[in-house]
Amino acid sequence: MVGWEIIRGLGVTFKHFAETYFDDLKWLGKPRYSQERAAARSSLDSRGAFTVQYPEEKLVIPEEFRYIPFLIYDEGPDGEKIDRCTSCGICAKVCPPQCIWIVRTNDPVTGRPIPEPAEFYIDVDICMNCGLCAEFCPFDAIKMDHDFEIATTNRMATDIFDKQRLSQPASYYASIRPTNFAAEEKARREKEAAKAAAAAAKRPAPPAPGKGPVAG
Amino acid sequence: MTEQPIVESPAADLSAQYPDFLTPDSRPNFHGFVLAPERLLEFLKIARDELGYDYLSSVTGVDDYPEDRLEVVYHLYRTTGGPGLELKVFTGRQDPVVPSAVPLYPGADFQEREIWDMYGIHFSGHPDLRRILMWEGFAGFPMRKDWKEAYFEEEVKPFKNRWPGGRAVRVEDSNPFGNNVEYPAGFDPSQWTGESDDPVYDALRRSIIEEKSDLKTDQLIVNLGPQHPSTHGVFRMAVALDGETVIGLKPVMGYMHRNHEKIGERNTFLANMPFTDRLDYITSMSNNFGYALAVEKLMGIQPPERAEYIRVMMAELTRINSHLISTGFLLNDLGAFFTPVLYALEEREFILDIFEATAGSRMMCNYFRFGGLARDLPAGVFDEVKKFVTDRLPRKMEELETYLVKNEIIRARCEGVGVLTTEQAIGFSAAGPILRSSGVPYDVRRADPYSIYDRFAFDIPVRMNGDVYDRFLLRLDEIHQSIRILQQVVKQMPEGPIQTGKPQYTVRVPAGEAYGRVEGPKGELGFYVVSNGKQNPWRYHVRAPSFINLTGLAQMSLGQKVADVVIVLGSVDIVLGEVDR
Repeated sequence: MVGWEIIRGLGVTFKHFAETYFDDLKWLGKPRYSQERAAARSSLDSRGAFTVQYPEEKLVIPEEFRYIPFLIYDEGPDGEKIDRCTSCGICAKVCPPQCIWIVRTNDPVTGRPIPEPAEFYIDVDICMNCGLCAEFCPFDAIKMDHDFEIATTNRMATDIFDKQRLSQPASYYASIRPTNFAAEEKARREKEAAKAAAAAAKRPAPPAPGKGPVAG
Repeated sequence: MTEQPIVESPAADLSAQYPDFLTPDSRPNFHGFVLAPERLLEFLKIARDELGYDYLSSVTGVDDYPEDRLEVVYHLYRTTGGPGLELKVFTGRQDPVVPSAVPLYPGADFQEREIWDMYGIHFSGHPDLRRILMWEGFAGFPMRKDWKEAYFEEEVKPFKNRWPGGRAVRVEDSNPFGNNVEYPAGFDPSQWTGESDDPVYDALRRSIIEEKSDLKTDQLIVNLGPQHPSTHGVFRMAVALDGETVIGLKPVMGYMHRNHEKIGERNTFLANMPFTDRLDYITSMSNNFGYALAVEKLMGIQPPERAEYIRVMMAELTRINSHLISTGFLLNDLGAFFTPVLYALEEREFILDIFEATAGSRMMCNYFRFGGLARDLPAGVFDEVKKFVTDRLPRKMEELETYLVKNEIIRARCEGVGVLTTEQAIGFSAAGPILRSSGVPYDVRRADPYSIYDRFAFDIPVRMNGDVYDRFLLRLDEIHQSIRILQQVVKQMPEGPIQTGKPQYTVRVPAGEAYGRVEGPKGELGFYVVSNGKQNPWRYHVRAPSFINLTGLAQMSLGQKVADVVIVLGSVDIVLGEVDR
């Protein structure tokens, strides 16, 4: 019969339609918008057709999600900010669109470089969110952010981020990327322990006070 | 594994067989044969008719600046499979002329136009040698090494002013527009009133083959695009109509041209990886794959086992992703507005979730590295993939097929429309689903296996009619085959490292050339890379399947109604990021 396949196809459409409303029944009496519900709708077991009601609901962001980079500082015992960045310039060199600018600090007396950036800029209009800077930073000082809601009305005034705008505490990093943070901290502690052990083996003197930032 | 030469025996002794034509390219780490321009066509005829190299995969130019030499490089393959044949023609930089291969291989048409556009090599005997990506009247040839773009900063990245004394400046401020823009002699930008369309229309009129008829009819030229929902981007078709029947068609492209290849040559090898994402932005994992393969060939390294499996997994998920979009939007073009495409996108969403969790981005994945991958699969992703390909996707595909495949309206609109015969498909260098739905079972995964595709059991689907309906069905067939591969991948996935050696931000690539090709969802995606041992590629060329598949568009559309042109284009499945590069 001509038209039978069309009717069969419409059956599929109707199934989708019905399933969407059957799903609503499961959530009767619960809030209309919730993260829990958004997660259930985007799971592999979901049936029916759904829309995530942004901004009331948001899609769950996986840990590896990357957006504009940020710089990490550790908080010292008195609350001072200790930059992890040593201004080695690897991120600026590896950056594909060349959107990172770094001014290295030089010691005013000797003129030799100090491992701390004097200025650090990222032009976020040019940044392509590739994540190579974070991937190749040997000091875990630059990482990719999760905050994608940075739209502005005047890009000329706001979109070159300076060091202050880019800096975030290590605790923020730990909150958005717990797995990565834990793995990096573990690797760092092991490295420091190995270093201390090597130093102790070399000359049996009392261990020097730990140099380098301690994570908050 | 050591590096595999592109040309293997029996082609290797071709120069002994044809000493009058061929001399081997003697530069270390270069392959293929050099021949004189005036003998090119003669030999191409032998290669096609006697040696069986019937498929011209890629034609491209190379500038050997400061040496006074331009090269044209041809990569030929057999549609029956096996290694290829690489031919090179050398010419000077001043008024270079090379005979056109179009009479023998019509698929060279757009590629030669691109070389003319980018390198200024004139192809004598080409039926329609106009600029293709740049505008008519553009001065200079952008891919030549001595040509500098607007906002030019330095020859190669990384730029010196970024570190250690890098104070941010916008390039617009430091380099106001006009300072390094060249204009043709006698051109006054203030008097310019817009590009003339006459060259396009003239070419279109020339291409029309008049048919004798008693009926006197009027001819009409209609532009479909550049802004039109059916063109899937900024793409224009100048169509000559007789009544409602198409009698001529010229694609006009380049609206999104950003000279990807020039950017690539300014970039370091590694920094170019995220740029390949932006070619065909729907299939970024496949683009990464092709580029990684080409550079790995040059470096002579191979990724570890687990990385190979993850690569294949990502490439096949990408294929499913791309085909879902393609079939869904074809239905949109047919007028089934947005219900089918949203059902397809619903499944695609899970693939994007997998990409996001693994690579960090839904579309711009930037996941492959030379000799491995950026990172291992995070916890949970593997189970997600497993569940998706063994449970959800097969079920949903069945549903989608019940929904669409036998639908009478779809069949009435698609069957017998936009036919490309087997000979035409091979001649036009069509690739991927276009080629396979015209009866050629040619798939790089089988014809010239790369990575670990030789370990999996899968079929190369082939359809015989070469019409829009077959292309539609073929993509659905391919999704099933990809599911088959993925089910084997998740069963066999080994543990282990995902990177050979330590990840390096500077990659050492020895001097030489390599052509790496993968079977992307749109067809054969090739990367031709020439290195001179420095940290930037000397030549970086993309054999873009969407772009070359368009060569046959005019042929497919001839004799169709104007409404069918829309679905013919939809069935070719172009992505403008790749067409225009």
